[in-house]
Amino acid sequence: MRKLDYANVAIGQMLPELKLSPISRTTLALFAGASGDHNPIHIDSDFARQAGMPDVFAHGMLSMAYLGRMLTDWVPQQCLREFNSRFSALAHLGNVLICSGKVVAKYEEGGEKLVKVEIQSTDQFGEVKVLGEALVAL
Amino acid sequence: MIDRKHVGRVFPPYKVAVEKGRLRFFAKVIGETNPVYSDEAAAKAAGYRSLPVPPTFLFSLEMDVADPLAWIRELGIALPHLLHGEQSFTYHAPVCAGDVLSFAAKIADIYEKRNSALEFVVRQTRVSNQDGEHVADLRSVIISRAIA
Repeated sequence: MRKLDYANVAIGQMLPELKLSPISRTTLALFAGASGDHNPIHIDSDFARQAGMPDVFAHGMLSMAYLGRMLTDWVPQQCLREFNSRFSALAHLGNVLICSGKVVAKYEEGGEKLVKVEIQSTDQFGEVKVLGEALVAL
Repeated sequence: MIDRKHVGRVFPPYKVAVEKGRLRFFAKVIGETNPVYSDEAAAKAAGYRSLPVPPTFLFSLEMDVADPLAWIRELGIALPHLLHGEQSFTYHAPVCAGDVLSFAAKIADIYEKRNSALEFVVRQTRVSNQDGEHVADLRSVIISRAIA
């Protein structure tokens, strides 16, 4: 991978997208174990329905982990300074998440050259599931 | 209604050891194939002391206690009502396998929207390592929603 350079990053530039496999019950079960978030609403359909949901749905942190993959595919993790997400809609079984990002600002602060990126995760129908931003030092 | 007396509440700090096996399992489940996250030699070649903790995994480490949802119950929020609203990470220094992290959390704010149909709790956590170095800050917004 060619190293990103602050001077060559342009405002408006898009990050390489990351498209995931459809969300399955298996993914959610494994993510519950791997992430340590055992809230049954993500893995137990009976519990989810009693909570008024149509079925289990993805952990917000699964969607955020995918956004993290997109960011560290773009820059080495040592460059990451801030990473924020707002979970605006539930990601459901069968949703195909697509992570994307766009450079929105460049500035120097505290002796570092910083690049701000708006990030989002949408499903295959274009519904936004996660909106956020990241700050990287290049 | 969540009692606003909880705003400013400070939780007792606790320590969590970062284990390689958990990092590898997490990388595998999220489909992370960059060897830096699973192969220690690759991690060291990339400048890490050991496998790095991926960007969101500090949230999992914060939950690595006997009863991670106890504080939510203590606020009076029942599990079926719970949603995750927002999550933020600020990184000050790399965190790797072998580190022992200390988590110090507090309730920073509680507020409501839509005539109390949604209540929000903001929890902020300062993370430091075994050398006392401040490595990260976490900010979680959890939501208690009314169920029709």
